[in-house]
Amino acid sequence: MTILLILTVLALIAIAIWQITKIFELSQPKKIKTQVADDDDNRWNGQLMFAFLIFLYAITLYSFWKWGDLLLPSASSEHGLEYDNLMWISFAIIFFTQTITQALLHYFAYKYRGEKGKKALFYADNDRLEAIWTIIPVIVLAGLILYGLYTWTDIMTVEENEDALLVELYAQQFNWKARYAGEDGVLGDANVRFLQDFDGKNIVGIDATDPNGFDDVVVQELHLPTGREVIFKMRSQDVLHSAYMPHFRAQMNCVPGMITEFAFTPTVTTEDMRQTDDMKAKVKKINSIRRENSQELIAKGEEALEPYVFDYLLLCNKICGASHYNMQMKIVIETPEEFEKWMMDQQTFAEVIQ
Amino acid sequence: MSTAVQINEEEDHGHHHKETFITKYVFSQDHKMISKQYLITGLFMGIIGIAMSLLMRLQLAWPEQPMGAMSALLGKWAPDGVMDPNVYLALVTIHGTIMVFFVLTAGLSGTFSNLLIPLQIGARDMASGLLNMISYWLFFISSVIMISSLFVEAGPAAAGWTIYPPLSALPQAQPGSGLGMTLWLVSMAIFIASSLLGSLNYIVTVINLRTKGMTMSRLPLTIWAFLITAVIGVVSFPVLLSAALLLIMDRSFGTSFFLSDIFIQGEVLHYQGGSPVLYEHLFWFLGHPEVYIVLLPALGITSEIISTNSRKPIFGYRAMVASILAIAFLSTIVWGHHMFISGMNPFLGSVFTFTTLLIAIPSAVKAFNYITTLWKGNLQLNPAMLFSIGLVSTFISGGLTGIILGDSTLDINVHDTYFVVAHFHLVMGISALYGLFAGVYHWFPKMFKRMMNKNLGYLHFWVTAICAYGVFFPMHFIGMAGLPRRYYTNTAFPYFDDLANINVVITVFALIAGAVQLVFLYNFIHSIFYGKPTEQNPWRSNTLEWTAPIKHFHGNWEGKIPEVYRWAYDYSKPGYEEDFVPQNIPFKEGEEELQH
Repeated sequence: MTILLILTVLALIAIAIWQITKIFELSQPKKIKTQVADDDDNRWNGQLMFAFLIFLYAITLYSFWKWGDLLLPSASSEHGLEYDNLMWISFAIIFFTQTITQALLHYFAYKYRGEKGKKALFYADNDRLEAIWTIIPVIVLAGLILYGLYTWTDIMTVEENEDALLVELYAQQFNWKARYAGEDGVLGDANVRFLQDFDGKNIVGIDATDPNGFDDVVVQELHLPTGREVIFKMRSQDVLHSAYMPHFRAQMNCVPGMITEFAFTPTVTTEDMRQTDDMKAKVKKINSIRRENSQELIAKGEEALEPYVFDYLLLCNKICGASHYNMQMKIVIETPEEFEKWMMDQQTFAEVIQ
Repeated sequence: MSTAVQINEEEDHGHHHKETFITKYVFSQDHKMISKQYLITGLFMGIIGIAMSLLMRLQLAWPEQPMGAMSALLGKWAPDGVMDPNVYLALVTIHGTIMVFFVLTAGLSGTFSNLLIPLQIGARDMASGLLNMISYWLFFISSVIMISSLFVEAGPAAAGWTIYPPLSALPQAQPGSGLGMTLWLVSMAIFIASSLLGSLNYIVTVINLRTKGMTMSRLPLTIWAFLITAVIGVVSFPVLLSAALLLIMDRSFGTSFFLSDIFIQGEVLHYQGGSPVLYEHLFWFLGHPEVYIVLLPALGITSEIISTNSRKPIFGYRAMVASILAIAFLSTIVWGHHMFISGMNPFLGSVFTFTTLLIAIPSAVKAFNYITTLWKGNLQLNPAMLFSIGLVSTFISGGLTGIILGDSTLDINVHDTYFVVAHFHLVMGISALYGLFAGVYHWFPKMFKRMMNKNLGYLHFWVTAICAYGVFFPMHFIGMAGLPRRYYTNTAFPYFDDLANINVVITVFALIAGAVQLVFLYNFIHSIFYGKPTEQNPWRSNTLEWTAPIKHFHGNWEGKIPEVYRWAYDYSKPGYEEDFVPQNIPFKEGEEELQH
């Protein structure tokens, strides 16, 4: 119903525009002698330029007030804090520049609107000015580049070590699987050629001739302990996918025929995250939206939506086919003890293929 | 060069040959007619591209709701009025392809390079009228093929405009990767041939056919922009062609350039040893310069229009030329910033971050020079001028977020989210469209001998300007919230439920923006037939095209081609009564040329 209403309104707006154009057209020969802007046009368009500047500031402020809480959900990984820091510095620079340059642009467009008989200033060049606005960006960017590269190297340098937890993320149209290296800490060799072995029970294609693979554990829900570095090895069996874990500021493509990697250290358990004020507020907001939507569904005789509970997410973020929009895996961050306990309950590859 | 100039100097003898309807309107070799053909084809493709984006917006705002518009426009692809997910991806793909290549490359550059290069440098036509004609008709054929792919049973290409393999290579992966993708590849191969012929012609013409006195340092900035754009095109388009050819080999002849170790639909495929990352490198070697192929002509047009309508010389002509050259050079060594998280060696990520952020410098120079050109001007706020100012505004807003995306670290979390969608739509989509609109409003009298209605132009600009920000500003927020692009709906993630009303807001703005383009279309078509007849030089501009007679004929000028004595920006020069001094006016005694 609302759709119909909105479409009707839009249709009416379209008709209104159509009518306005006709009115303009009819009134044209009498009033307008020229199609070149005259003083009147310059005046009201100049004023609108100024109004537009206010509009720009207004939507910026409004958006931050209304949607500011959406920006960068709080980080749950060690490098995430560093990431956020760099992000907010860049943001500050962007806002400063945006505010000033848009002001100058639109204010000049208003202030220097044309009038008959006025003459513009003949001012073609100024090397000093050019130098100023070349050098200032150079300095600012040099800072950003250095800081950015320092952080980048820090995040992307993945060094295998004994303490780290080794996890393979395995992507296929349209779901995720995770494989843990097991007690030996080594992932067994794997290839898509082995996927059909053992009546399809070998769901990530582990090479059964490699002894390292027998204690590997394959799961459909990713569990990770806090406080321990996790090294991800990504694989894909069919097309490109991208493992995107926004709360951990982590993303890496999964490429068929190649193993990619990324590493981070989770810091906040799922349970703790659910208890934060921000998250409580968000979940409350989402659930009130869901209740509203449920009422519509119930009226149509369909089932109500389940209430939402927060969980960390792994999303696919590289176009991969029809169900790309629904290719997800739940991530559970827990204390090391909980994690060990969970791990004990899982079947190893050797157990699965028996 | 000297012979070419001599030909140009000769009086116009051979050009008054008899023209039939076919040679004048269809297979014309006159650059002015070809430019109109490009414009009208580009606008037609633009209508399709924009309509597609509106369908996507409807789907995103009200997913799973049956809509009459869907079943009416999509037929069996929207059973019960709900769009099929594969169709959504097809729309994403074809919208991107059409807008980037067919509208903003061919439609923008094709129109204005063709119209302005000969007219502004003082040449009778392009260096090769025949190649020019072939270039247009190849573009026409590729457009027809691209449109025809929409009517394929399994649907058109749907792997995104970047058509990354293996998704685009394997018909098993999605229905659009069958015949639809073949047509896409064929269409683009022909398009690239068209673009190369056009670009070579532009380069040769600008280098060789300038009239007497038109030194490189007196060229209008439009011509500089078109010239450098053509150079970038010649350097980078062939690489895309090679990527397309290799992909065709993988698809049809069993090679493994981009494919390896694939298991799909219960079957292990034979491909071994290829890499999709190789394709990404080849694609983005064109893909990124393409951004500037789209943007530089728009910036060139803006330079010309802002200077003319400010009644002031463009500020920092030399810096403007230098920044075009710097952008062109840098644009060919930054492609890797699309691939920070592709699995490429992180060290390369560092290198590409460095080169990418460098581009901000010439871009900043350009923005500040535009702003300074307005300062103490006598601004004639014609519709073309409004669109040019609008371009500077969206160029800044969209360009600044490039600082985040170009930084490999920050890219990790916003890569492929709506933040990217917001960024590139503002900085290249909207900016280049504004450039196209500005160009049409400004040179319409030259093309069609009549004026467009200014009030409809104002209506068009202001509604578009508000809606453009209304659509893309909120997208930054949903992107920073972590919502990936190219999602058919975000209802699969309750986590994103609180983004639903933002999506409605965006869609409402998009629909209004779409509607107001009809005003432009009406104004455009109506003015071709009933617009007010133009004066010789309606905007009182300095460039040579306004010295050519209003009536078109092949050869541009009766008698001799005007000689050039000065640069194109002597507006409000002290010592002159009028506030403009066209390029073909000799210096007064004692007057000095600016040392620019």
